[in-house]
Amino acid sequence: MLFRLIGAIALLAVSSLAWWLWQRRDGYLQGATRAAPWHREHRVSSGLLGVALGSRATFVQFSSDFCQPCRRASVVLARVAAELPGVAHVELDAEAHHELTRRFGVLRTPTILLADHAGDVVGRISGAPTTAQALDALGAVAE
Amino acid sequence: MPDQSTPAVETAHPHPVGIDPRGPRFGAAITALLLVAVLLLAPAAAARIVMAVVVLLFLIGVTAGAQGSVQGRVFRSLIRPRLAPPPELEDPRPPRFAQLVGLVITALGLVLDLAGVPYALAISAGFALVAAFLNAAFGFCLGCQMYPLIRRWAPGRREAV
Repeated sequence: MLFRLIGAIALLAVSSLAWWLWQRRDGYLQGATRAAPWHREHRVSSGLLGVALGSRATFVQFSSDFCQPCRRASVVLARVAAELPGVAHVELDAEAHHELTRRFGVLRTPTILLADHAGDVVGRISGAPTTAQALDALGAVAE
Repeated sequence: MPDQSTPAVETAHPHPVGIDPRGPRFGAAITALLLVAVLLLAPAAAARIVMAVVVLLFLIGVTAGAQGSVQGRVFRSLIRPRLAPPPELEDPRPPRFAQLVGLVITALGLVLDLAGVPYALAISAGFALVAAFLNAAFGFCLGCQMYPLIRRWAPGRREAV
């Protein structure tokens, strides 16, 4: 019994560690090539997204059903976009945009691409960012 | 059974009626405790009984939703009245999906165990425990991480809806 109890506690400890390793970069902007070497596309355009790009930056958020962090990310990014001039936020249903998810190598939701004024993707955020992390990410985009 | 009518806060909320996000996490904590009991008791018959209870709880959660589940009722009647209102409400569909995943894993373990497969009960309880524990402790969102798998399993889902 004691042996099993130690085993159960060890299982929980290992899963906590795995969880920490898995999510420790969540919310932070990752360089496009380093975070997703498999993706083939580095540009977004208003034609591709169906809406106008921000004159400074655009957050392109891929969301899905069954995804609570996606809702949190939408709230944060919508507020940042509303308060900062030139910053746009587009939310796409990943399941309705298979072609885009394939092209950008989106493997989990929420995944947020950050594009500059020209539509060049400067990086991506996996998981929901806090407002501070979203503002920090915008530092990667020239004013 | 006392009538648990929906609080006015939730009916005033627009379209998807939100639930307190702490409810499913509390429920996951109960599930995790039961699954630890399964791990400690296996392979005795008592482990099988506890596992059957877990399967039943998941089944109720899937059919009745997070609000109607046994854990959800306990949370609303005993825990929620003692807590401050949540800062935000949550979509009830993701936790319900998580209940479905839990049901599949634990029911599979129970069936294989009854069929005489060694360690089936302990292994399935272990997997379910990891998911329930991460959900309760860190708010782990199984549906988000499983998104590419769901997409692969149900590519025609959108057409069907």
